[in-house]
Amino acid sequence: MFRTIFSHVGQYKKQALLTPLTMIGEVAMEVLIPTVMALIIDNGIKKGRIGYVAGMGLLMVGMAIVSLSFGALAGRLSAVAAMGFAKNLRSDLFHKVQDFSFANVDKFSTASLTTRLTTDVTNIQNAFMMFIRSACRAPIMLIFALVMAIRMNSRLSVIFLCAVPALALVMGFIMTKAHPMFKAMLALYDKMNSGVQENLIGIRTVKAFVREEYENKKFTENTEAVRQAQVRAEKLVITTMPVMQFIMYTCIISILWFGGHMAVKGQMETGELSTFITYVGQILMSLMMISFLFMMFIVSRASMQRIYEVLTEKPTVTDPASPSDDVRDGSVVFDNVSFSYFDDMNNLALDHIDLTIESGETIGIIGGTGSSKTTLVQLIPRLYDATEGTVKVGGKDVREYSLEALRNNVAMVLQKNVLFSGTIKDNLKWGNQDATDEEITEACKAACAHEFIERFPNGYDTDLGQGGVNVSGGQKQRLCIARALLKKPKIIILDDSTSAVDTATDSSIRKAFREKLADTTTFIIAQRISSVKDADRIIVMDNGKISAVGTHDELLETSHIYREVYDSQQKGADE
Amino acid sequence: MPPKKNMGPVQKPADMKKAIKRIASYMYGFKLHFIFVVIGVVISAFAGIAGNFLLKPLIDNIEQALKTGDWNKKGFVGILAAMAGVYLFGALSTFVYQRLMMRVSTTTLMRIRNDLFNKMESLPIKFFDKHTHGELMSLYTNDTDTLREMLGNSIAQFISSAVTIVGVFVAMLIYSWLLTIIVVIMLFVIIRVIGFIGARSSKGFIAQQAALGKTNGYIEELIDGQKVVKVFCHEDIANEEFDRLNDELCQAATRANTFANILMPIMNNLSYLHYAVTAIIGGIMTVKGFGGMTVGTVISYLQFTRSFSMPITQVSQQLNSVLTALAGAERIFRVIDEEPEADDGYVTLVSADIAEDGTITESDKRTGRWAWRHPHKADGTVTYTEVKGRLELDDVYFGYEPEKTVLNGISLFAEPGQKIAFVGSTGAGKTTITNLINRFYDVPDGKIRYDGININKIKKSDLRRSQSIVLQDTHLFTGTVMDNIRYGKLDATDEEVYAAAKLANADSFITHLENGYDTVLTGDGGNLSQGQRQLLAIARAAVADPPVLILDEATSSIDTRTEALIEKGMDSLMDGRTVFVIAHRLSTIRNSNAIMVLEHGKIIERGDHNSLIAQKGKYYQLYTGMFELN
Repeated sequence: MFRTIFSHVGQYKKQALLTPLTMIGEVAMEVLIPTVMALIIDNGIKKGRIGYVAGMGLLMVGMAIVSLSFGALAGRLSAVAAMGFAKNLRSDLFHKVQDFSFANVDKFSTASLTTRLTTDVTNIQNAFMMFIRSACRAPIMLIFALVMAIRMNSRLSVIFLCAVPALALVMGFIMTKAHPMFKAMLALYDKMNSGVQENLIGIRTVKAFVREEYENKKFTENTEAVRQAQVRAEKLVITTMPVMQFIMYTCIISILWFGGHMAVKGQMETGELSTFITYVGQILMSLMMISFLFMMFIVSRASMQRIYEVLTEKPTVTDPASPSDDVRDGSVVFDNVSFSYFDDMNNLALDHIDLTIESGETIGIIGGTGSSKTTLVQLIPRLYDATEGTVKVGGKDVREYSLEALRNNVAMVLQKNVLFSGTIKDNLKWGNQDATDEEITEACKAACAHEFIERFPNGYDTDLGQGGVNVSGGQKQRLCIARALLKKPKIIILDDSTSAVDTATDSSIRKAFREKLADTTTFIIAQRISSVKDADRIIVMDNGKISAVGTHDELLETSHIYREVYDSQQKGADE
Repeated sequence: MPPKKNMGPVQKPADMKKAIKRIASYMYGFKLHFIFVVIGVVISAFAGIAGNFLLKPLIDNIEQALKTGDWNKKGFVGILAAMAGVYLFGALSTFVYQRLMMRVSTTTLMRIRNDLFNKMESLPIKFFDKHTHGELMSLYTNDTDTLREMLGNSIAQFISSAVTIVGVFVAMLIYSWLLTIIVVIMLFVIIRVIGFIGARSSKGFIAQQAALGKTNGYIEELIDGQKVVKVFCHEDIANEEFDRLNDELCQAATRANTFANILMPIMNNLSYLHYAVTAIIGGIMTVKGFGGMTVGTVISYLQFTRSFSMPITQVSQQLNSVLTALAGAERIFRVIDEEPEADDGYVTLVSADIAEDGTITESDKRTGRWAWRHPHKADGTVTYTEVKGRLELDDVYFGYEPEKTVLNGISLFAEPGQKIAFVGSTGAGKTTITNLINRFYDVPDGKIRYDGININKIKKSDLRRSQSIVLQDTHLFTGTVMDNIRYGKLDATDEEVYAAAKLANADSFITHLENGYDTVLTGDGGNLSQGQRQLLAIARAAVADPPVLILDEATSSIDTRTEALIEKGMDSLMDGRTVFVIAHRLSTIRNSNAIMVLEHGKIIERGDHNSLIAQKGKYYQLYTGMFELN
């Protein structure tokens, strides 16, 4: 997993590797400076050698400048590396998602994909920057400072032999204990926030049922649980600070005690004693840092795992090795087709479908919720692949075409459709980037959208806002139809695409289709009988099977389901 | 936990003092805690300084011994003992103040959260019209998070840093006023550097935030529309546009983080520079014997210079996070200060015993019959009116915004048990009428009467309890199916829930769910189809058993065949109740007692189905599909 993720550092590898290297420079200077300090005191000040003090002082200034340069360089390099890494990761994820089939997207859900591309990437980016800056720095600091301390006075260094393992042990204990507690806290925290979200969305329901008090009580229970979990987790973590202080202070006192005795005996200089104390700080601080890094690594692991899942997901629908680009005509054949969303032949959404549709036919599809109407037509542009059997378009298996050629010839207006931010024209051009204004107007006229677009003050240049919020449901559906028409497809599929359009407009759209798109094979999925009544043939779906096929009049005779639907909509109209 | 970096751009609160006072008001009962926290922080900070302060006599003691050959061991042990005492006390007070502060901060945060949520629940619908979910949600996430950071860490660290700076400064001044001049100069330099880099980094972060917003917005939009992207083979264009935004983000982020990253090494090494300069000048002074400078003073002093720069950097960082947190707190308080939904109704809903002759007496038990308890202020008497569900609208004008009226003189009359339907295009005012009946929005006195009582006199909660509403968008809550149906009547027995589910024809699909009625629904019931959700909503309304029922496009997502199946259930649900129906599908409303055709906030036609068809007006056109309904 780590290899996959960190391979995205890519062209920023140089910076990522140089950061710890420059850090070494900074750390070396930082560790050397206290030693120079001891020299200034012991050899210079105490012996009254002003020249020596000045010389060493200047050396120290020089070292500080070197250290500063290294430090600043590391800061710059790490920023470049981490942000570049995040950029690559984000970009590769986005491109990957573009390759996803519908099945892949269903598996993750769009909300979860969005979180992975935003929050998770940011988490990793921050952890990565911290990591390359400190993961080397802290251990090197620890080692350098230890070496310097031992060189200065090996007997006194024995104290570290006790202090370092003691602190490491305590920190390790606290961190391992705290981790599950934090996880528990975050889970409760999420629960609390999703409760808030539910209340925001359902505020009318809450108010209509006068459940404010009930919701308040629920929320108060949640916040109390969060508070308790927080207290439990933090109680442990905040002990690190006094423990660290305690150990550090104990070290200082012991060093002063033993060091003081040595100094009096002339075995150690007082300047060295003071430097030794500086090393105590450096050593213990880097130890703390290491444990923090460890913690952060664990926290960001969850994000890495989630990103890794996306990166390694295999797109289920891909281009064949030598794709065909030529879709001959709009004929469609289902040859013994079965389909399951779970790839499970015992849980079929489509059950052994056989169907032959001539090019240019208009096919209506009717059936209750969950009867797999949508599933059936989704196999035609290969939004999903059949689990068994073959779907043929223009006489060839859909899996033989390149996806682009197939989908450009099979236009589908989705049930849950989306417009994007931008103008109406921008959105329509999704159908055909090079469409002329005449072509656009023509498509809009056929979809009965031209009229209302013209009524907008800015006409085709009206800005839709994110998700097309500035148009009504029925207008949105008509724009989506126009967008699909601009592809000039051989097959067009309308999946309940006129549900929010009134019956009169609905029928004039169908009329336009009949007149202008006579050669185009048309599939119309609808709830209303009136939308499919005039189709050449109507397919009645029931529970993943074709229950009946025929014209309106035939079906009224032969299909009891069709009759029931017809009756439920017709009752009273003829009175 | 890993140290959190203050990443975002700094925001400034409008009135800092007020915000602080307001937060402090949530710490009631913790006054003593807080005082101890401050004392603890001060002691802990002083312990660090005192340790350094005692270094001088200790070194001087050793130097003296070396010079004279006579070691004052008693003095040495005494100083060390004092040091140990101070340190121990310091570590202990760190431990104590952190524990206390954690209690204070977690409880304070909980209180603010509860207050915010309770207030939110009491706000009128109008408030939710004006604010997006994202906006309100960020109060609970971003703003409380920064507040937590402030309460949990920043306050204590801020005090500690401030105390350290002052303490170290005083100690330095005591040891040598001359060397302190260098300190002041360094301080000036440090502040300038922080100011310079801070300003750039803050500007950089604002740019990064803007770029991040754009990129994330694009991700959200495109991933949400991913299926459309696929259908139109738009992948390459999407990738291209994304890479452009992503590059911009990368540049802005690199710039911002570079400045943030170099601040620490610069500060750190400035302190070494300071150290070197102090060493040179202090050394010269000691050698020359100037100003009574000793080796001990120089060593102590040098340790001080090291412990001086850290808190200064911290103070500047903490100040930023405190300011951001206060700005967030102000946003929270602004919502808490919103006017709650006004409810000065005094007519209440009570269980009633109704005698044969029609006299009504109040009952403590649930009798299944309800009455309005109407106290009269003038003469102190109380009258009771049976709840029947008779509604009357008298020439109602209403607009969500004052200048845009949605209803223009609506008058209608609904007798108990009648089914009244509203028909009309979007924006004609159908839903608005139901919004007024349950007082999501208010109209002037006397315009709407419920069982003969002005509804503004009725307590809102009781008014709503007497009505059930099924909305087009069904909202389910995390919990079991059972819990969700029971939402309509919290004390409903299991049997009542089953009966309601059967009535709504929801029983069959529920029993097919993995755990039947105990199946847990999450994410607004995302695992159910829209139609199934609507059936649950109908069951929820059924279990509430109210005299008035409002169905706002309640069956729009159920296919006509299923709708026909539940028709019987719906009929028995509506039986004996006053029902208001809004439906797009006209087949749903054919059997209504009265159908109101609305246009531009006016009732243009009214009557039953047959009379309206015979009238050959708008309804006829709609019914026969000659007119657009959208």
